[in-house]
Amino acid sequence: MKKYLLWISVFVAIVAALIAAVFMHRHSIAVLNPHGSIGHKERNLMLFASMLGLFVVIPVFIMTFTIVWRYREGNKTAKYRPDFEADNRFEALWWGFPCLIILILSVVTWNSSHELDPYRPLVSKNPPITIQAVALQWKWLFIYPEQHIATVNYLKIPVDTPVNFQITADAPMNSLWIPRLGGQVYAMAGMKTQLHLIADQMGNFEGVSANLSGRGFADMHFITQSVTNADFNNWVKLAKGSPNHLTTTAYNQLSKPGTMHPATYAASQAGLYDTIMMKYMGPNNTAMQNMSMNTSTL
Amino acid sequence: MSLLGKLSLQAIPHDPITLGGAVSMVVGVIGIMAALTYFKKWKWLWREWLTSVDPKKIGVMYIAVATVMLLRGIGDALLMRGQQAVSVGASHGYLNSDHFQQIFSAHGTIMIFFVAMGFMFGLINLIVPLQIGNRDVAFPFLNAASFWLFASGMVLINLSLMVGEFSAAGWLAYPPLSELKYSPGVGVDYWIWALQIGGVGSLLSGVNFLVTILKMRAPGMTLMKMPVFLWSVLGAMVLVIFAFPILTATLALLFLDRSLGMHFFTSDFGGNPMMYVNLIWAWGHPEVYILILPAFGIFSEVVPTFSRKRLFGYTSMVWAIWAIVFLSFIVWLHHFFTMGAGADVNAFFGIMTMIISIPTGVKVFNWLFTMYRGRISFTTPMLWFLGFVCTFTIGGMAGVLMALPPADFQLHNSLFLVAHFHTMIVGGVLFGYFAGVSYWFPKVFGFKLNEPLGKIAFWFWTIGFAVAFIPLYILGLMGATRRLDHYDASMGWQWLFIIAAVGVALVFVGISFQILQLIVSIVQRKHNLDTTGDAWGGRTLEWATTSPPPLYNFAVIPEVHERDAFWEMKHSKTAAKKPIYEDIEMPKNTPLAMYIAACAFIFGFATIWHILWLAVLGLLGVITCIIIRVSDDNTEYVITAAELQKMDEAAKA
Amino acid sequence: MSHTTIAELAHEHQVADDKTAFGFWVYLMTDCILFATLFATYAVLHNNTYGGPSSHDIFDMPFVLRETLVLLTSSFTCGLGMLALHRGNKTGLKVWFTITFLLGLTFLGMELNEFHHLATEGNSWRRSGFLSSYFTLVGTHGLHIATGLLWTIVLMIQVSRQGLTRGITRRLTLFSMFWHFLDIVWIFIFTIVYLMGVITI
Repeated sequence: MKKYLLWISVFVAIVAALIAAVFMHRHSIAVLNPHGSIGHKERNLMLFASMLGLFVVIPVFIMTFTIVWRYREGNKTAKYRPDFEADNRFEALWWGFPCLIILILSVVTWNSSHELDPYRPLVSKNPPITIQAVALQWKWLFIYPEQHIATVNYLKIPVDTPVNFQITADAPMNSLWIPRLGGQVYAMAGMKTQLHLIADQMGNFEGVSANLSGRGFADMHFITQSVTNADFNNWVKLAKGSPNHLTTTAYNQLSKPGTMHPATYAASQAGLYDTIMMKYMGPNNTAMQNMSMNTSTL
Repeated sequence: MSLLGKLSLQAIPHDPITLGGAVSMVVGVIGIMAALTYFKKWKWLWREWLTSVDPKKIGVMYIAVATVMLLRGIGDALLMRGQQAVSVGASHGYLNSDHFQQIFSAHGTIMIFFVAMGFMFGLINLIVPLQIGNRDVAFPFLNAASFWLFASGMVLINLSLMVGEFSAAGWLAYPPLSELKYSPGVGVDYWIWALQIGGVGSLLSGVNFLVTILKMRAPGMTLMKMPVFLWSVLGAMVLVIFAFPILTATLALLFLDRSLGMHFFTSDFGGNPMMYVNLIWAWGHPEVYILILPAFGIFSEVVPTFSRKRLFGYTSMVWAIWAIVFLSFIVWLHHFFTMGAGADVNAFFGIMTMIISIPTGVKVFNWLFTMYRGRISFTTPMLWFLGFVCTFTIGGMAGVLMALPPADFQLHNSLFLVAHFHTMIVGGVLFGYFAGVSYWFPKVFGFKLNEPLGKIAFWFWTIGFAVAFIPLYILGLMGATRRLDHYDASMGWQWLFIIAAVGVALVFVGISFQILQLIVSIVQRKHNLDTTGDAWGGRTLEWATTSPPPLYNFAVIPEVHERDAFWEMKHSKTAAKKPIYEDIEMPKNTPLAMYIAACAFIFGFATIWHILWLAVLGLLGVITCIIIRVSDDNTEYVITAAELQKMDEAAKA
Repeated sequence: MSHTTIAELAHEHQVADDKTAFGFWVYLMTDCILFATLFATYAVLHNNTYGGPSSHDIFDMPFVLRETLVLLTSSFTCGLGMLALHRGNKTGLKVWFTITFLLGLTFLGMELNEFHHLATEGNSWRRSGFLSSYFTLVGTHGLHIATGLLWTIVLMIQVSRQGLTRGITRRLTLFSMFWHFLDIVWIFIFTIVYLMGVITI
């Protein structure tokens, strides 16, 4: 057993060093330090599930090491019962105890899946804003239909205000993910998916496409700026005065494959989002508009 | 269309890294051929291996292919993590994004289909006929064909390095990215046909081993007296039979989309890309259990042997396997909770996923209690088992975490996910197969592997694994997604990527030690000979014959009375009966299985490049070979009782 | 000298044949799952016509009914051929299998005719997801029928050259399993694709 001590200590030292390093960088871990209530709830859920998991994992580790140590070949004082092959009490324990944990987790799963359903509108004292997110090759187009502006690879939202994302794609499948705010949802051509998020704090949050969509996929990241309501309104006013107009021609240019720096557009063409979606759906077919209906038939 | 379809000189790689890979592969093949010529081994190779229908030989060939592919796969991993360690901010590293994407697509495909599946079917071939106490599999020729189809798929996927390109659409090639519109090259077609040809081989193996286990067990070996390895293989084969036809169909549909302009998975014309995602995971999730169940089976053999004790909770183990088999078909949606399927659907699949952890946990506890009150010797297989318990429980906890749909929204497609499934597939599947290889090596070759080198390899693997994947868990939580070929310096990810790259290098050192171990063991084989046939004090029937086993495995088919049949034979008081020899029939060698696969390969290659005449030729070749085979009633030869007696007595002497 | 009696060898061969039949049955189950997958895709894409024709625009039911009867009859004649085999009646076997072959060929010809008809009207598999899934599902069955036809030819040549040996008998049994299986699949296609396609609005 002694000859393993070196290896085991190397192993433990490395793991400990990694954990220590991470602890020092803990604030940069986005998912564990969210700035939005959805992200918070998702984080808490993870911590809760991990705690429950540890109720099994820790006993397994302790049992493994004590059993292995005690019943090693060299230890002749330990009991040896070569025919000991069944004991219903023990087995009932490890069928039953995990069942109990999973039962608790199932209830949590059911409730949290509904509470944190990305399609579920958020309750807030502030009225929500709608943002239509379109994944292109390889950039994000954000249309603000109520404000009549649009941005590329750049998102500005008012703090403490629910944001209703309507997501689609004019490209291969992507996934809209802003880790500091909360979980992701796929962006698919000819379909509209939804995501409801809210920022509790001001700040700049990284956003990405989490799903491989071709060559420029790694460049599909953007900054989400959460600002005060007043700042947001000022910005909208400025954007409306932008010389760039998102016309059909401009959109066709934009949707060509390629990566791009952040940009802002004024007076987004009305109904552009629907036009993009309808492009894939052909005449007389609205069956695929809503993903939640579509997948349940599968 | 020209005579060569889409094929032209343009298909030869131009960038130095691909060219380097291609050249080294060509040099390797030429080197092997030169060595065979120099040592005059061609005839030996042909007679003993290429035309063999003996599952013991086929098993070795499976494992040889898997080992070579493991080297290719780890090479891909080194390239990827190396790129990610340096490709920050203004630097774009040494790989362009298309090349990077081809590499991770190839890495995933190769590791699952040609490494994990190769080790799995290799070990199944080697051990199942011995463990059921029989001489062969149900359909020996079909078995050889399965192997050669697997090998054809492997050649095809590696050929993409030299001729053309590989898919850049990820290891599961989600449409619409993998559709012609977004992937116009031949890469996705290479992916489709490598998997299709290899997959048909796996499907046929599934049928073969199911029939073998159900119909060919030694007299007295009732189902509940089977070793748990056989149960786990049976479960895996049932999964193969249910899951692989779905893969075959799905790949065919994607191919029809790409080649005939159909609209199964296109975004427009009424296609439905999400249907592909559903179908591929309806195969893909059971596939994970196809790989892990035999590994569980191996541990169920290794742990009792090295604890010198019966397996604890046999009945529980069997029920756990079947619970896993059943549940593995109703969890596939957890791979895409983020599709927006609605809370009810997500919650259902999340709960099913968590339930599957119960039987898995039971197995772990039963193994632990197998060691309890045993006499544990720390051989290499046992170390792999202990490494497995530690990594697998951690990975399992991460898995339960991701089974919670809202948590998955934050973890999906991130490096956390990548770390999770590597924990399961490396720490679970691969460690299991490594345990199996070192456990059964003396049975197959007649000498043990060098233990100290095996242990060093184990530690490099385990430590390297932790160093490579702990950073990925953290990176995932930091918001790093998978498959990034570069990222901004401001993200603060680089130091973790560098550590991860070091980890992969450590794993590579581990693999190097395994190869060294093999070489040293062969050179020093005289010191590690297994003359008894029972190298470890085994409990099951494979140890009841000599090492290596004779062509016919058992001169006389053993009779089984209890679960640990060989243990009981060794310890029973009654003297062994004098064997009564009978005539036996053994299958003749034939090159036809290889020819079928070669024609399938030609068909695949021609279809990828749209060379119609060659595809037709390949298909006709396959059909002709099959007709020749089925027209031949004279495929077996007889070893007479007298010959058998002579051989058996010589072997025992 | 051998200790093995002829009876024992015969028993072993019986076991081997059972094994083959069971293995083939398992293979048919995998084929069944393949068809199930195609049925599932058809069900999902059934309404995705993309402005093209739907199922009740394109099917000619009387024609399909004739097609179905031809195939069902071929299954029946295949069964009669197997009865002839078990009586050891080589001529009867060949006659019934020739009829089976011709009926299968007719069925395949009718199906190709239907496909050709659809394609020339501009309703090919390129038209919509629905038509892609229709052509693939029905076409895969057709491909199986074509395989079966090739198989019959090989079997008949073998019967002529080798007579009714054990190997031939085993293969004929497998073929009849295959042929009946294709019949069952067709009944599902007939019901789900054609009947339900025309009836449901």
